[in-house]
Amino acid sequence: MAMPPTRPAPSPWPAASSASEPPLRYDSLTVPDAQDLVFGRAPYPLRCGLELELGAGAVFPEVNFTLPPIAITDATWPDILAQYREMTEGVLQRALALQAPGIVIEFEHLPPMTKHPQWGAEITAVLRQLLERAHEAGGLPCALRATVVDLRHEQRPPHLRDGPLWETMHRSFADCAEAGAHILSIESVGGKEVFDEALLRGDVPGLVLALGVLAPRDMAWLWQRIAEICDGSGGAIAGGDSACGFANTAMQLAGQRLLPEVLAAVVRAMAAPRSLVAFENGAVGPSKDCAYEGPVIKAITGRTISMEGKSATCAHFSPLGNIAAAACDLWSNESVQNVRLLSGSAPQAFAESLIYDCRLMNEALRRGQERSLRDLLVDSDQYHSPQALVISPQASVAIAKAIVAAPSDYQRCVAAAQTAVGLIREAVTQGDLRLPPVEARWLGRIESALAGLPSSEGKLLEETAAEYAHLFDAASYGL
Amino acid sequence: MDLTTIKQAVIEGDDKQVADLARRALDEGHSAESVLNDALIVGMGEVGALFEQGEYFVPELLLSARAMQAAMEVLRPLLSASSYQPLGKVVMGTVQGDLHDIGKKLVAMMLEGSGFEVIDLGTDVAPARFVEIVEESGAQIVGLSALLTTTLPAMEATVSALREAGPVRVKVMIGGAPVTSAYAQSIGADGYAPDASSAVALARRLVGK
Repeated sequence: MAMPPTRPAPSPWPAASSASEPPLRYDSLTVPDAQDLVFGRAPYPLRCGLELELGAGAVFPEVNFTLPPIAITDATWPDILAQYREMTEGVLQRALALQAPGIVIEFEHLPPMTKHPQWGAEITAVLRQLLERAHEAGGLPCALRATVVDLRHEQRPPHLRDGPLWETMHRSFADCAEAGAHILSIESVGGKEVFDEALLRGDVPGLVLALGVLAPRDMAWLWQRIAEICDGSGGAIAGGDSACGFANTAMQLAGQRLLPEVLAAVVRAMAAPRSLVAFENGAVGPSKDCAYEGPVIKAITGRTISMEGKSATCAHFSPLGNIAAAACDLWSNESVQNVRLLSGSAPQAFAESLIYDCRLMNEALRRGQERSLRDLLVDSDQYHSPQALVISPQASVAIAKAIVAAPSDYQRCVAAAQTAVGLIREAVTQGDLRLPPVEARWLGRIESALAGLPSSEGKLLEETAAEYAHLFDAASYGL
Repeated sequence: MDLTTIKQAVIEGDDKQVADLARRALDEGHSAESVLNDALIVGMGEVGALFEQGEYFVPELLLSARAMQAAMEVLRPLLSASSYQPLGKVVMGTVQGDLHDIGKKLVAMMLEGSGFEVIDLGTDVAPARFVEIVEESGAQIVGLSALLTTTLPAMEATVSALREAGPVRVKVMIGGAPVTSAYAQSIGADGYAPDASSAVALARRLVGK
């Protein structure tokens, strides 16, 4: 019979945000056994929002939605507010009708909503009010996540640590917290100016420069500031970041056969140390839904994670539909346009899908059969794609072990990549995973490039300077 | 020297070797036009075929394009103006209010690799800026990208601004996750491309090549 994971020692972080704490550096795993990496249970459950407890034996839906084609201007603002109200009311109505045990609503900003912080705050306040009503009148435990847009990459090279773009973003975070957001998040893009170039070239040293040197430096700086905002907000918590602009870009390009899948799989592993940095600098979870590296983060930190898969096809396709649910604490639809379907609005329809997905997982938890369902979710996907393989609980724990054993962010990134290559190669050798010859060639190419990397980030910076130094502002990374 | 050696180096994307081989070929008496037409262009054609067959991905395509460019640096001073013209000039940008870059960047890189001259204006580009650069550059094509549903209206505004600015009617091609062929027609764009490879084919059609 499946046993729940043993609960470890008390959290190194308080449940709320933690900017006052010194940065943490994980050197061991909170969940060292892949058998214990399972949906709905986290070693450090998180109470947030309006009586919602995540990771304590249940999975909850996280619903996100966006506008149909419409310009965001002063003139259209009343319509936009009305649409957000309608979408949220519709989703909460489905949650109440289906007796969902709880729900998270994500308000993911569109760029003008961060550029004009009062707009982001206004929508946040409306959504918070609707959640309070559903909580008070319907007894629905719930929370509101506000995800701010990283405006800093409007400028090339991005100027990350000061200037009007950062100041506006900072104000947007603060205003959303003040307006009632329970969880603050971002899909930050420090290092992306190098990553995009390196990815299109399939250049491993460039990818390591972006994900192992630049991105972690920005993440540490940024998340300390987000945690400070949360500390001063009187209730908001610092959720987590996503390597969406990195690993999901690779996944989408691989899906279009523009890049090899094995490269996207290795990039996923390389991105995990970057996302971990948020949790070492004040984030407490739940991590962002599109962070498919989430299981690695959960294995290391024991914190709750949000994931998305088969019920996020409204936003994008992926080869990870089932396996992504294996260790989730929140189960998300990523984003859906507010369009009318036969059943009702698309946000309502996808909320309902998520609620049923969660019901199944929660029934498995109730019966103590969560590992059986988890294994079905994993086994139904993991050998169909190297990208699925590297996010299985077994692979996630292996990658997590390699990350915490490495002494620097640079070496963490390289170790994660090498472990992913090893896992893919092992699955191929055992005959479990079949790679077309062109993919197998790329796996060898990636392996050789990793073996040829210099021993230190200083040397990597030197060796890649001719190709990439002009693309980034060294001072923005404290270099 | 057999020019297939240069063609093979283009296919393998070895920029240093291609440039060296181009110099050697010239030293041995091959004309610049011959190196261009019989080695570089033929090589890039095979690279394109390998890409279409799924044997090559974008990185190989870009390496080969870079190798061809390295050889062109050697050949260009010797080529007559008429012997090597870009297929056309394209102004690319992500429309106002939208910060997504990589899809547009990919299209720009593939257009360059296919012989177009590309002016990449970046992201969050105002309609007036597109008009200004088209007028300055004499570009035949404008490529517009958008990833957000809420920035589609900016795409329409850009097409309108370009049409109003006429007199010469620049061709407009559009793409991005929320964009469809029907939408392209509805805003008066000349074409829609669902992905980067189709964008190259569309650009060729738009300039009649």
